[in-house]
Amino acid sequence: MYKYDEYDHSIVAARVEEFRDQVNRRLAGQITEDQFKPLRLMNGLYLQLHAYMLRVAVPYGTLDSRQMHMLAHIARKYDRGYGHFTTRQNIQYNWIKLADAPDILADLATVEMHAIQTSGNCIRNISSDQYAGAAADELTDPRPWAELLRQWSSFHPEFSYLPRKFKIAVIAADEDRAAMRLHDIGLQVVERGGQHGVAVYVGGGMGRTPMVAPLIKDFVPFEDFLSYMEACLRVYNRYGRRDNIYKARIKILVHEIGADKYRDEVEAEFAEVKKLDLDPPRAEFDRIAAYFAPPPYETGLSDAIDRGDPDFAVWLDQNVAAHKAPGYAIVNISLKPVGGIPGDASADQIDVMADLARDYSFDELRVTHAQNIVLPHVRKADLPAIWQKLADAGLAEANLDLISDIIACPGLDYCSLANARSIPVAQKIAQRFSDLGRQRELGELKLKISGCINACGHHHAGHIGILGVDRKGTENYQLLLGGSGAEDVSLGTITGPGFSEDGIVDAVEKATDVYLRERAEGERFLDTYRRVGMAPFKEAIYG
Amino acid sequence: MGDPLRFRADEPHDEPAVTLDAFLGQSNATAVRIESGEDARALLPHLDRIALVEVSFPKFRDGRGYSSARILREAGYAGELRAQGDVLVDQIPLMRRCGFDSFAPEAPVDEAVLAAALARYDHHYQRAADPAVPVWKLRHG
Ligand code: HEM
Ligand code: SF4
Repeated sequence: MYKYDEYDHSIVAARVEEFRDQVNRRLAGQITEDQFKPLRLMNGLYLQLHAYMLRVAVPYGTLDSRQMHMLAHIARKYDRGYGHFTTRQNIQYNWIKLADAPDILADLATVEMHAIQTSGNCIRNISSDQYAGAAADELTDPRPWAELLRQWSSFHPEFSYLPRKFKIAVIAADEDRAAMRLHDIGLQVVERGGQHGVAVYVGGGMGRTPMVAPLIKDFVPFEDFLSYMEACLRVYNRYGRRDNIYKARIKILVHEIGADKYRDEVEAEFAEVKKLDLDPPRAEFDRIAAYFAPPPYETGLSDAIDRGDPDFAVWLDQNVAAHKAPGYAIVNISLKPVGGIPGDASADQIDVMADLARDYSFDELRVTHAQNIVLPHVRKADLPAIWQKLADAGLAEANLDLISDIIACPGLDYCSLANARSIPVAQKIAQRFSDLGRQRELGELKLKISGCINACGHHHAGHIGILGVDRKGTENYQLLLGGSGAEDVSLGTITGPGFSEDGIVDAVEKATDVYLRERAEGERFLDTYRRVGMAPFKEAIYG
Repeated sequence: MGDPLRFRADEPHDEPAVTLDAFLGQSNATAVRIESGEDARALLPHLDRIALVEVSFPKFRDGRGYSSARILREAGYAGELRAQGDVLVDQIPLMRRCGFDSFAPEAPVDEAVLAAALARYDHHYQRAADPAVPVWKLRHG
């Protein structure tokens, strides 16, 4: 894992002090809420329905046990004993007092954490593949690239007042676990002539106008990487729309001028900025990459696992993924117990996960965009013990990628922009399908719920998506089918008129019935939908 | 409005800044004002006769002027570069890094707060238009 050096420490410490000063000036009435807002937003502090909400950055979703324990401490001391892991691989606290925020940031800084740029119209926390460094299918670990971006984008003087927020994801495997092409910039580390570089996709996103990012450049070598990013951002900062916040994301710019024209502008800008010596030397890449060197795996381990306990065997088959090192595996900890709030974990549970990481996973954890937690490097021989400890803490739900592994945004329970509640719908669907055998029969089925058109719950990218809308003052839910945030990326299509809260649960069930009836050998829900189209689903749902 | 806050040793330029259109249409103007949506590159052929560029910030959220400033500095412009308009004290350190060396904020700026803000960061991650050496360069020489 990346470790701060004296420079990183000094920059984060300065930020803590700066924010304390800003909060003090606000509390003393020296600045107005309107002037304070962009400052607190750049520190991840939102004013929501009931309280302030604080987002803490988990750069590319990676943390160690000390940091995870700190997240538990903050939940206990400053919140109501729990935290909410988000689709941006961050953690969010929903009950924060403004006066406490500077102390929270100071506590975070003691474990090399912060809330820098987790909101506001700036370059946000960089996201990545939760299996980075462990995945059997990756070309290389994408996180050194993400760390380069973290440093370059932190307090970037030119790009702190962009037209709108800006999200970047980096992956290095063909299987896309990070919804890379649904980001403002999506990067895939690829190889050419023995060199690693990035393929650059620009202009994806969800929100009210979902778009899949087109390829802008097939290969940018390390030597040009940050200059190229600088050029991409400068073109956006200069030409992105500022007259209408709904059209201010880079996806609208790329769509309006076209990918070819955008590329030409970037190339012209790149020719200028390349002269400025913005790119760090190879030695800096190597310095960062050394922190992400593989942990000291034991060799000669057996791949055998004792499947004796049937509940364990189900969890093993569902939640454990292949690791690149022999004898090791990747454990997914589901934060989606039936009836729970997707992504929520209590302080005690956070502590349990931290201890497991320390004892069994080379002190590493990951947060996933599906709002789950990963122990990236565990010995297969330890899996039964880990499972037992998870089960004792209520964390052994064996539903990864099944219909109850739902992504849901905070919705009307917390969010001031919401049209409808998301959490109760997620709970009702999970309850309807609570029989695990039935869920497993349905197989991989990604269900995603947003409480309004902003799409924080990724509903466009759900195999089944649910969108909360406001219909004449009552909560109403639209159903979408056929989206995907993976390498087979696609945007879902609305089935037709919306439903009540109970109606949407019935509609989801009918859609799954169609799948069970129509599916061919080996097909997932999404594959069947793509083959047979919307008609049979519509007929079953509205017929 | 009082005198601009200046971070330059030379005397303030006393010719009023004209609009970009007016500037491009007359060959003897030496001070020009560009609006946030105007293309700073239009000035590049004329840099040697400009003593003051004023960049307008109609709203503090409108960050286009940061790019305008860098483009001018990157092209070698060494004259006064002034940020005018809805410029907040917490933005001035970033603007300094983009090459602004003169400020005419609409609302008065608390000098003590500004001095603390400008002194706060010892290090910067990225190269910009100020003399600060980026951290990666300090690490590797
Ligand atoms: C509760 C307070 C929240 C507010 C006020 C809020 C606000 C917004 C808004 C306005 C957008 C649309 C942006 C646009 O299209 O330009 C958006 C998109 C998004 N937000 Fe949130 N959000 C909140 C919570 C969350 C949470 C908890 C997450 C993570 C779980 C999240 C992740 C996202 C994602 C992934 C998108 C869509 C991707 C994109 O196009 O940027 N948001 N949010
Ligand atoms: S999708 Fe809408 S309701 Fe849900 S968190 Fe985002 S803004 Fe709030």
